[in-house]
Amino acid sequence: MIGPFRGGSRGERGTMAWTRFGKKKDMPGGLWIKCEACGNMIFRKDFPGSKVCPECGHHFPLGAEARLRMTLDEGSFEEFWADMRTIDRLGFVDRAPYKEKIEKTIKKAGRNEAIVTGIGAIAGMPLAIGVMDFQFLGGSMGVVVGEKVARLVELARERSLPLVIFCASGGARMHEGALSLMQMAKSCATLKRFQDGGGFYVSVLTNPTTGGVTASFATVADVILAEPGALIGFAGPRVIKTTLKQDLPKGFQKAEFLLEKGQIDRIVPRDRMRPELARLIAYATGRDPLPLKEITGDPGGEVQAG
Amino acid sequence: MAKQDDKNKTRDRSFEGTLAFERPILEMEHKIQELKSLAESTHLNLNGEVTALEERLRKVTSQVYDRLTPWERVNVARHPDRPVTSDYLTRMLDDFVELHGDRLFADDPAIVTGFGMLDGRRLMLVGHRKGKSVKERLLCNFGCAHPEGYRKALEKMRLAERLGIPILCLINTPGAYPGIGAEERGQARAIAYNIREMFGLRVPILALVIGEGGSGGALGIGIGDRVGILEHAYYSVISPEGCAAILWKSGDKAPEAAEALKLTAGDLKSLGVVDDVLPEPLGGAHRNPEETLATVREWVLEGLDSLSGMAPEELMERRFRKFREMGEVEQGEGHPVEA
Repeated sequence: MIGPFRGGSRGERGTMAWTRFGKKKDMPGGLWIKCEACGNMIFRKDFPGSKVCPECGHHFPLGAEARLRMTLDEGSFEEFWADMRTIDRLGFVDRAPYKEKIEKTIKKAGRNEAIVTGIGAIAGMPLAIGVMDFQFLGGSMGVVVGEKVARLVELARERSLPLVIFCASGGARMHEGALSLMQMAKSCATLKRFQDGGGFYVSVLTNPTTGGVTASFATVADVILAEPGALIGFAGPRVIKTTLKQDLPKGFQKAEFLLEKGQIDRIVPRDRMRPELARLIAYATGRDPLPLKEITGDPGGEVQAG
Repeated sequence: MAKQDDKNKTRDRSFEGTLAFERPILEMEHKIQELKSLAESTHLNLNGEVTALEERLRKVTSQVYDRLTPWERVNVARHPDRPVTSDYLTRMLDDFVELHGDRLFADDPAIVTGFGMLDGRRLMLVGHRKGKSVKERLLCNFGCAHPEGYRKALEKMRLAERLGIPILCLINTPGAYPGIGAEERGQARAIAYNIREMFGLRVPILALVIGEGGSGGALGIGIGDRVGILEHAYYSVISPEGCAAILWKSGDKAPEAAEALKLTAGDLKSLGVVDDVLPEPLGGAHRNPEETLATVREWVLEGLDSLSGMAPEELMERRFRKFREMGEVEQGEGHPVEA
């Protein structure tokens, strides 16, 4: 669930660097950007569009649009089901109604949900692609995210396309109750058919991927990639810490830790993701990739709070 | 002798005072027991008084239980005397052969698996185990399974599939275990893999929430052709406490969270998350375990009857459809995809 990632306590700087970006106001505005991981001040104009710190390689959050621009052949993306919206079946109210919260989030994000889905191409090879957005209610999975993932998988199956999903999520969305939980089942149900039918699915775990998303479509991929330093787990570190009443080992639940424990296939820096995906898709489909064209121009988007 | 034990148990319980809203019921039960012992020891005929009190007890109990809030139901679902998987194994099944181990790492006591016999019918039982004594509860991590538990479950379910034996999953967990070893060994993947693979099992699967249906830890053995829930059990995306801590920033708001999450059996039925709600005895399953076991037994037999005639392809297609259709959305009609 999305909680363990909100407002990390100040004392946990070393192990949970990314939570320290909990609020935009923490970011020094203006000409300079301070890297959370290494502390260096970087001239905003020198900060690369990939949102990777040029000093230490720390991967800042990347918006869904920027991600698509960095990954796909220019102009190849066609979005599907962008208008799909939640219906708040539970009429959920916590300190404010979920309906209001979602309206506000939609307005701020400029899109209707926590995942963008569609088709595109890498090196001329078509694929079905989904990109989650942690900025949208912590990338949480409600009915819409589950439904879009399921439709994307079915689209890939129908058109015999390889499937790539970039994950970033705190887990299932509490505001949609057990229906959110059932999206884990829904996404896995469609994947079962797709993969049994010879479909090829790559999931890319970005910071952070936890909870119900990790415990469903994110980890049943044929190849699992992760960005360096990404936090990946079932339970959030704070939940585990509270349960065990002990400090967690250094690097626990980071991508590097998961690689060592045999849980993922490869760690791929953001700058290398496009060629890596091209190679994997070429292997899986037996297609000849076209020469990869360099993505020109800034993928756009602000350096985001995590 | 057995009667005497029951009496003592009732008396002890009234002093525990586990659930505040049950206090009037427990007090009255206590009073009836006292009256009965008095009648026994003094050879007075107090039948009239006892009958009157018992009548009143029924009324009070039904008043309390008709008005349970979602949070109170969560507490009934967690009641220490509520029948747990081991009760179903020993008292509902006619025979049970436990099968241990995931063949990879360890045997997780928090999930029990094995062959069971019910009214001459074979089944593979897979259930969360909470334990009954304090020692057992600790050993089972209070029903919080590790990855090896989920892997054991799938291993045995696949065995059942090979043998053509239907599967019964009894769900009763606060959630999968959040720990270092669990994460190292791929807790998330173990659950995800079970969920995906259960869609491919060629035998009937019945899943029943008998107490707590705690999130992914429940769903990891929860993909059923028929999914049932006991009347006072709950099934939720997150515990009310966890939800309250996150959204209300206060664990004290668990009752509000329980309300908002729509986690009661009735709510889940209307959301389409469960197929059947199984009635519990007056005053909850813990007040009459035998009656509860009998209800579940009926449901299982009826479920096996209704599913046993189906071809594996039909079973799997229906199972897929059921979960594929959970949850409605607004719009998104563009680019329809034929499944």
